[in-house]
Amino acid sequence: MTATEFLPTLGRRALEVLRGLGHSAFFFVELVKNVPAALGRPHLTAAQVHAIGNYSLVIIAASGLAVGFVLALQGYYTLSRYGAAESLGLLVALSLVRELGPVVTGLLYAGRAGTSLTAEIGLMKAGEQLAAMEMMAVDPKSRVLAPRFVAGVIAMPLLAAIFSAVGILGGYVVGVQMIGIDPGAFWSQMQSGVDVWDDVGNGIIKSVVFGIACTFVALYQGYEAQATPEGVAQATTRTVVISSLAVLGLDFVLTALMFSTPG
Amino acid sequence: MGRKGIETLVGVFVLLGMIAVVFLALKAANLASFSVGPTYALSAKFDNIGGLKVRAPVKSAGVTVGRVTAIALDPQSFQGLVTIELDSRVKFPADTSAKILTSGLLGDQYIGLEPGGSDKNLNGGDQIKMTQSAVVLENLIGQFLYNRAAEGGSEKK
Repeated sequence: MTATEFLPTLGRRALEVLRGLGHSAFFFVELVKNVPAALGRPHLTAAQVHAIGNYSLVIIAASGLAVGFVLALQGYYTLSRYGAAESLGLLVALSLVRELGPVVTGLLYAGRAGTSLTAEIGLMKAGEQLAAMEMMAVDPKSRVLAPRFVAGVIAMPLLAAIFSAVGILGGYVVGVQMIGIDPGAFWSQMQSGVDVWDDVGNGIIKSVVFGIACTFVALYQGYEAQATPEGVAQATTRTVVISSLAVLGLDFVLTALMFSTPG
Repeated sequence: MGRKGIETLVGVFVLLGMIAVVFLALKAANLASFSVGPTYALSAKFDNIGGLKVRAPVKSAGVTVGRVTAIALDPQSFQGLVTIELDSRVKFPADTSAKILTSGLLGDQYIGLEPGGSDKNLNGGDQIKMTQSAVVLENLIGQFLYNRAAEGGSEKK
């Protein structure tokens, strides 16, 4: 490839990326503008909370329990070397509330709910349902997209809180019931070390941000999907990839902002 | 499923989420121990506050009676100026002394209040006059070594 071919290709790629970013930003603004419309139709939002939240409960609770079990086992292994096995409750609770709860829930949410949102909207587009709505002067953004967006933003923090709570209970089962750590020390160390606003509150803020990001990516990919079976399949794949990367990237940024100064 | 059924299930989901948040706040992070009742502020100056942090507990006889709300350096005396808030139900005599103590060998630091015998009580905005600084391990070791060296020197004589 010569320089005369390379430079235009590079320029075109860069412009495409920029155009995509700008396009998605406008889409996001449109979505946020339509949020009041979605709040005005609570039954549409409720149906979506049901689809996104209730159906994700089992996988979230099961994963939270498993993560709590493993955290307790691995944490005990390390802590017992330093004679600090009583701090297991603190270790489990802090890791879950600050990091694992929001992040793992975000990743599971992208896989469980994000994909179904993308596929549903992509197929609606492929079946020209969205176009039909526009013909009837119904804005699909306020009727279809906004309720799903609001539902995702509502469901995600609740799911993350359930994940953390179930995980702590899982850590309790392994730490206290199986390994035999003193239950008083388990809870009191946790309570003295976990701060309501700094740890629990920031964890909830994280999960809200992840909810916004994942739901937005899923809706955007579905709405912009090519109206073919391959197009919907690719859009679904992109939803998982982009959402997961967004969760991990945002998590680093948020952690750096929130927890960079200990104490 | 009708609209009512879906709304009920959503209600169950939201309720579960709320219970989880309350569980995290109360059981994992003990919001309950934060006194929501009225408080009054006191200040104390320490030569060295060690590792004391904002929101560290203030205890008297081991019972938590308040929290540290602010830590600053007093520009005149170059001492650490610590502001604490105490539960209004607990009044301390005016000659109460404050110490910076450590919970356990490597635990967090907290302020211990030892009540004196005065008839007057400390009121909001007052300053605790008698204070004892945090024990800094390096100073302690330095002092120990110095004492040992001094002892060794005197034995030789």
